[in-house]
Amino acid sequence: MFRPRPEGPGAAVAVSIEGRTVTVPVGTSAAAAVLAAGFDSIRETPVEGCERGPYCMMGVCFDCLAEIDGAANQRSCMIEVQPGMRISRQIRARTIDPEAG
Amino acid sequence: MQRYDSIVIGGGLVGSAIAYGLARAGLKVALLDEGDVAFRAARGNFGLVWVQSKGDGAPHYHRWTRRSADEWPALAAELEGKTGIAAGHQRPGGVHLCLGEDELAARRAMMERLRVQAGNFGFDYRMLDRHELADLLPGLGPAVIGGSWTPYDGHANPLALLHALHKGFAEHGGRYVPNIKVKEAGAAPGDFCIRLADGEIGAPKVVLAAGLGNAELAPRFGLSAPVKPLKGQILVTERARQVLPLPIATIRQTVEGSIMLGDSQEDAGFDTSQRPAVMRTIARRAVLAFPWLRDLQIVRAWAALRVMPPDGLPIYDQSEQFPGAFTANCHSGVTLAAAHANLFAPMVAAGELDPALERFSARRFDVPAAA
Repeated sequence: MFRPRPEGPGAAVAVSIEGRTVTVPVGTSAAAAVLAAGFDSIRETPVEGCERGPYCMMGVCFDCLAEIDGAANQRSCMIEVQPGMRISRQIRARTIDPEAG
Repeated sequence: MQRYDSIVIGGGLVGSAIAYGLARAGLKVALLDEGDVAFRAARGNFGLVWVQSKGDGAPHYHRWTRRSADEWPALAAELEGKTGIAAGHQRPGGVHLCLGEDELAARRAMMERLRVQAGNFGFDYRMLDRHELADLLPGLGPAVIGGSWTPYDGHANPLALLHALHKGFAEHGGRYVPNIKVKEAGAAPGDFCIRLADGEIGAPKVVLAAGLGNAELAPRFGLSAPVKPLKGQILVTERARQVLPLPIATIRQTVEGSIMLGDSQEDAGFDTSQRPAVMRTIARRAVLAFPWLRDLQIVRAWAALRVMPPDGLPIYDQSEQFPGAFTANCHSGVTLAAAHANLFAPMVAAGELDPALERFSARRFDVPAAA
């Protein structure tokens, strides 16, 4: 559904989305990478487990939440891709380990 | 003029609970709500249904709070049955944490006073040491040295409660009128009329439940409600899987997983702005209690105004000058919602407040002149 604009930067970055390696232009947001790779959704809502994907692309709707490099509930539209970044599905509410640290 | 059995002024938690109780009792009720320009304490609540710490030196208040907490499960079940809206009520007991020896000693003394003052009514509480608390609450910070526990405390979703009360009220045939700020009213004993945009409505009874608005409104009905705003700020974290098994006075995890941090108190007039210094204090104390909270993102924060009578206790009155006019004011619209729907509304319907409420009259603020 999405493809990069022709005038975009030539350089590319390889990231992993749900374990799949995807190459996107430098400066792409993680959410745009998710869309470019053809994913319909990247999270499941905390209570009802409904699938959601990037929507507003400007940090307000929270529908693009994903786990990025191990950090839960990241707004992927606000984060620029870095080489080797691991983007994975946010499955329902995040966990927290009270006894850790 | 359109006639009702009762007019309730104020569509927040206090007014909605009373209006719901009246409509359920078969009265024809109009509920007047100011609108989004109002201060709307009901939309800024923390959501505790809290008993411990209420009514030190005022056993009638403690008892009223306990009765409400006891009525809560029935009200929540009834509302869910009628409206399909779950108010998210849970009553697993609650804990107040103490971060220092002075706090703990003061808490211990207060809890014991509450027990003594409760008399035959009883007050079941326990002071817990650090180890007992650590068994109850995961990841307790080293700063916590003890706390108090009672089985009476719980929590709920205040927005869902408000929604359910409004829906239940409508299903019992109540008429909800939004965007009306009542400034003028015709008052005579047992005969009140209020002008709306589309004409006058009249009723033999009127209940003033306009929160901070009651201060101006009450004198028009021969009543007094000297309430003032007390600002509270709240921080809300991202949702996480359930980790807190019971609510703490300043920290609770909602059914959906958000963790709410709060309970600041600022005398700042009608200013509802948020202040970083206060937000920082809330966050710092929360992290002292549970260091793992520092890993959670704050996703929302707000400030709202409590409706605070001079002594912190609710105000309930029936006007002597204009019988049929009642006031209801409190800062615990969530905790007392069940008392308002199930206990207070029937008194209004009967036209007489129970003697148990006599001590809540605003006449308590009338200080006799010095001899």
